[in-house]
Amino acid sequence: MPILQVENLSKSYRQAGGESTLAIENISFTVNEGEFLSLVGPSGCGKTTLLMSIAGLIAPSAGRVAVKGAEVAGPPRDLVLVFQEYNKSLFAWRTVLGNVLFGLEAKGRPPLDAEAKGRWLIRLVGLEGFERHYPWELSGGMQQRVAIARALAYEPEVLLMDEPFGSVDAMTRLELEDGLLKLWKELGTTILFVTHDIEEAIYLSDRIHVLGPRPSSIIHTLDVGLERPRKQMTTRADANFMKLRNEIYRRIAPRLPSGW
Amino acid sequence: MNLSGVAVLAALLLLWELSSRSSPNLRSYFPPPSEVTFVLFRLAFAREILGHLTKTLERFLGGYLLAAAIAVSLGACLGYFRTAHSLFGLLIELLRPMPSVAIIPVAILLLGIGDAMIVGVTVYACAWPILINTIDGVRSIDRTLVDTGRTFGLGRWRILREIALPAAAPYIATGLRVSLPIALILVTTSEMVVGGSGLGYFILDEERSFRTKEMYAGIVVVALLGYGLNRLFIALEKRVMAWHRGMTAKGVS
Repeated sequence: MPILQVENLSKSYRQAGGESTLAIENISFTVNEGEFLSLVGPSGCGKTTLLMSIAGLIAPSAGRVAVKGAEVAGPPRDLVLVFQEYNKSLFAWRTVLGNVLFGLEAKGRPPLDAEAKGRWLIRLVGLEGFERHYPWELSGGMQQRVAIARALAYEPEVLLMDEPFGSVDAMTRLELEDGLLKLWKELGTTILFVTHDIEEAIYLSDRIHVLGPRPSSIIHTLDVGLERPRKQMTTRADANFMKLRNEIYRRIAPRLPSGW
Repeated sequence: MNLSGVAVLAALLLLWELSSRSSPNLRSYFPPPSEVTFVLFRLAFAREILGHLTKTLERFLGGYLLAAAIAVSLGACLGYFRTAHSLFGLLIELLRPMPSVAIIPVAILLLGIGDAMIVGVTVYACAWPILINTIDGVRSIDRTLVDTGRTFGLGRWRILREIALPAAAPYIATGLRVSLPIALILVTTSEMVVGGSGLGYFILDEERSFRTKEMYAGIVVVALLGYGLNRLFIALEKRVMAWHRGMTAKGVS
């Protein structure tokens, strides 16, 4: 059951010199309800542009996005985007609980059990005890977890994530990946996940769309098909995991600008 | 309270006391601190100076708070809405460097001689630092913060109130801090010009009547008022801006 439909989406930017560059070109895909779909592509390929267009934060140059059948004109009500730079997105003047409560307040009057809900979400992302801390007091990984909890507090139908683990160290990333899968299983939210990390995409997703370099379009699609629950130790050692990884890498590698 | 600071102050007062007592000429312009203190207490107990202090404080609060309310709201809008800023930017750049005391005659024409004029001048003077800092603060907030508000479905006004203003709070606090002494200066200066009541009037009146000890007593009271207000501001800021204090201490921008 498609919950999100992207049709012929293109976005071009006008440069200082007057000429325009095409960031994404004619991208179409659907996201089914409850699935975990990743978009993988090299850095700078326009993934963020694509996600921002889907999130209604930038207007596309062509094409349309529909959430539950309704066309998107501005930020859709059922969607929330989690940004890569959590330190620029979290509210420094609010505590951890305050940030999460914002997600509950955003749609209108907060529910009567808002604080309880907020605390539950904080516990769900593993930050119990840090409710009254300020974001700057937490590590990068913890801050991103607050951002995720805040987004989930909004109770979106679709969670968009823009390289959310790109700004944390490798070990924290593994921890966050597993945490996210746990949340996904618990809440059943549809997730559209953008990353440049091929293995991360395979580890997390049901399906993957591979994006080429600029102007970006979908150059390959695959079903991951690995069994769940995914485990860092076993899933990544699975022969199929490697096959999928190579399949994707083969498609991206030749198109990478050969600098070195 | 550092001991060396107190020692310097004590040394200066002692110097003043001794020089004053040793020269009759000096004594008339700079009466010894001990005698000034004595007069100060006498005035305090006679309540006369307290009446002036209250008047000055009232005008200060009226002017400062009104300026804050106007300047923060206006500054938020000018900082947030690009069109507003392009319309009024030039006007601000032209008016801002003008010394606010120059506006006193205008205020007298428009508002007469009295509290309205004093508060009016004070509002005008205080508003500028608060306005400029608020505009700067709102303009400097990260795009991601605004986009965060948007992705959560907030409209422009909610983003301004719930995200832009708190994010700009450190800048606004700076503006408010800078305006505090300005307000006191304008109030006392206006009181000198306009007369009738207030510490400014009191100081000038005592000077005209050659009651130098009383004059200095008035000056001391104004100084203490300024000091007290400043400390109060610092205490309030500490509580409200606790979140920011921690951030900057850690070296986070």
